[in-house]
Amino acid sequence: MVDLRTEFLGIKSPNPFWLASAPPTDRETNVVRALKAGWGGVVWKTLGEDPHIINVNGARYGAIHGPDRRLLGFNNIELITDRPLDINLQEIKKVKRDWPDRAIVVSLMVPCEESNWKNILARVEETEADGIELNFGCPHGMSERGMGSAVGQVPEYIEMVARWCKAHTRMPVIVKLTPNITDIRYPARAARKGGADAVSLINTISSIMGVDLDRMAPSPHVDGKGTHGGYCGPAVKPIALCMVAEIARDRETSGLPISAIGGITTWRDAAEFIAMGAGTVQVCTAAMTYGFKIIDEMISGLKTWMLAKGYETIEDFRGRAVGNVTDWQYLNLNYVVKARIDQDLCIKCGRCHIVCEDTSHQAIATVVNGKRQFVVKDEECVGCNLCVEVCPVEDCITLVPLTEGVDPRTGEPIRSGYANWTTHPNNPMRVAAAE
Amino acid sequence: MSRTTDFPRSPAEGIAAGRLPPEAYAEAFADLHPPLTRHEALVEADRCYFCYEAPCQKACPTSIDIPLFIRQITAENDIGAAETILRANIFGGMCARVCPTETLCEEACVREYAEGKAVKIGLLQRHATDALMATGRQPFTRAPATGRHVAVVGAGPAGLSCAHRLAMLGHLVTVYEAKTKPGGLNEFGIAAYKTPENFAQREVDFILSIGGIEIKFGQELGRDIDLAGLRRQNDAVFLGLGLAGVNKLGLDGAPSGVADAVEYIAELRQAPDLSRLPVGRRVVVVGGGMTAIDAAVQSKLLGAEEVTIVYRGAPDQMKASEYEQELAQTTGVLIRHRATPKALNGADGRLTGITFERTRDTGGRPERTGETFTLDADMVLTAIGQKLVADAFGGIEVLALDGGRIAVDTERRTSLSGVWAGGDCVAGGSDLTVSAVEDGKQAALSIDRALGMAKAA
Repeated sequence: MVDLRTEFLGIKSPNPFWLASAPPTDRETNVVRALKAGWGGVVWKTLGEDPHIINVNGARYGAIHGPDRRLLGFNNIELITDRPLDINLQEIKKVKRDWPDRAIVVSLMVPCEESNWKNILARVEETEADGIELNFGCPHGMSERGMGSAVGQVPEYIEMVARWCKAHTRMPVIVKLTPNITDIRYPARAARKGGADAVSLINTISSIMGVDLDRMAPSPHVDGKGTHGGYCGPAVKPIALCMVAEIARDRETSGLPISAIGGITTWRDAAEFIAMGAGTVQVCTAAMTYGFKIIDEMISGLKTWMLAKGYETIEDFRGRAVGNVTDWQYLNLNYVVKARIDQDLCIKCGRCHIVCEDTSHQAIATVVNGKRQFVVKDEECVGCNLCVEVCPVEDCITLVPLTEGVDPRTGEPIRSGYANWTTHPNNPMRVAAAE
Repeated sequence: MSRTTDFPRSPAEGIAAGRLPPEAYAEAFADLHPPLTRHEALVEADRCYFCYEAPCQKACPTSIDIPLFIRQITAENDIGAAETILRANIFGGMCARVCPTETLCEEACVREYAEGKAVKIGLLQRHATDALMATGRQPFTRAPATGRHVAVVGAGPAGLSCAHRLAMLGHLVTVYEAKTKPGGLNEFGIAAYKTPENFAQREVDFILSIGGIEIKFGQELGRDIDLAGLRRQNDAVFLGLGLAGVNKLGLDGAPSGVADAVEYIAELRQAPDLSRLPVGRRVVVVGGGMTAIDAAVQSKLLGAEEVTIVYRGAPDQMKASEYEQELAQTTGVLIRHRATPKALNGADGRLTGITFERTRDTGGRPERTGETFTLDADMVLTAIGQKLVADAFGGIEVLALDGGRIAVDTERRTSLSGVWAGGDCVAGGSDLTVSAVEDGKQAALSIDRALGMAKAA
């Protein structure tokens, strides 16, 4: 029996799927629709101080599409809530009262003064919300005013504000991180040092979606001018996964609870983030693309997969992939693979050949016995995986490890043991191999 | 097929015009394959794998760089895509409409091999070429004038393809055309629903817009002009004569109502108002090629009640493609196999029916069995093959023939020095528009080389 119930910092939700702090969680109407649809929780769209901010009256969103208008990447310049604080707080209180089994977390952003944070925390506590998320991630608009990613880019500020929040509220504190930084481990360490209970990431990536070549202006534009927005959606998932992995395996932040965000579109994306250590996942772009009903697929897909794997709760597989993320220097250099093309599956498009020929190692022949046929030359193949990735047929090309004999490319014997760069003779900084 | 053919029909006996309501003709003869919308084109183009040494390109008689033009479409560069197509095949617009792609590029498509669903190359080609033609711009320019002059006989696909390429290479061209309109079979032969909206003439105008090509109409070889004279007055001659002769049934009697399918189709293509074009109530088409299909389908679309194609051999011996046969059948044409005409039946000089004798397969020519049947018919269209009229150039004494058509080498040179030939009139061809275009192009390149060498000498 599969049980998707999740407990994150003591916050319970019927499943690990939360809606991220974003336009879908702006108000009671939307949030209630989401909870009715089955979402495990929401992070309410970021509250700020009155007077409330205002948004532009032009386009807030932009996108990159595939050929069939499949939305691949998304961008927004919407700011935090543009409604009065009181109204938001009243609605949050009502929703939490009506939906006690769901996670209701409130995202916050106020200027970097202790009194400002203290004041708003007291008011949020009255709503009986389950926790708070500090928005140190928003890269557009608010950052120009010294908030959002302007805070998230300075680890000392993160630590300072996290500490204030821990001092002034009993609610669990989640720090939402910006990816617009060189090394994500520094802000995560700062959050932990400040006492934060968890981090959530990634917020959006600074982006300009395109240039309108007729207007010679960014697209979309507001009256002919554009500004950078925050990039999200399926295209950013690999970046988010990398950052989650870095925090999960960093000695200083290992074990720090993570709520993962970034391009999660299907159950599989969610499972991958959970395997990388996340305790919950947050979704926005997928909901903004397809509506809240996608939660049905996510729950069903995750359950089906867990059942097949014999996992009863997400704790059974959470973090299982973290130990297999390592540094390049520790990769096994004795592991030798060669590409193999399944001739029964091959449709003879020749893409594997031309990319290998033009851009890699000239390791795929085009003609065998006078016929158009694509075959790997083991004496040239370095096992790079390029052909696998460009082949239009799934599983037609695979990488097969050599387990004995000699690598025809290098003439070196295949060694069974593990050996990495740290001990390699070509490494001027090598250390003596362990006995 | 999106066209509707289910209109109320006039049951008038005999051959009569206006069998359909007046407003029905436009719909009946509407575009067989409507163009792709921009979005459809983008989605379809994305299916192309951009193959290495693409099989589709090898399968194209004109070697269009198909992966490149499709990639140009995905990058929303339809004009560039059209230039890629037209550089290899100046009739790329017509070929997109009439090529039997299912036996050429699309048959070779790796997606056909992989999943039985080729990329719709023909429709994408049309998408691109339509975009360019809508601009009214000729993308090619003429090289500096060479001072050489070439005569082209026949303003069909072979002749005009040759003329356009010669013009690009800087030569002056005079085209001699027996009819009063250019286009050849594109204008007079192809079914109307494959090339609506006067496309054939628009395409000819587009091709001629390069300049340097003069067409003289009403000039028939052997009647108004002769090969010897053309050779004397020009640096080279290209013959794109087509097949001007038609095979006859060879039956006794000629009751009114028997017509040649090629002529009937030409009449249909030139008719200013299809509602005034007479068609029989019961039409029998004799033959098994594309002409038979075109004649039968168009008769049906004109409102004929019963249309039957009768072919002497087995289904797999028909020259019409499987696709064309299916088109006829879904339009409501009945195809009968293994029967050959035996007698035309008439009363008062008017056709009443046609009697066939059944045949059996022998591996070679079908053999008569002696068993007969008769089909009621007030109109019989014969589509039993066309032939070269060799007398036009003086017959076999002047040009070597092969199987009744002009013999040419790989450069489309005839046996006579300074004379090239291409299209349906030459031996070894496939009787396809696209092959005629390739013939004309290759001949032009060969002529250019020959004239260059002559100059150098």
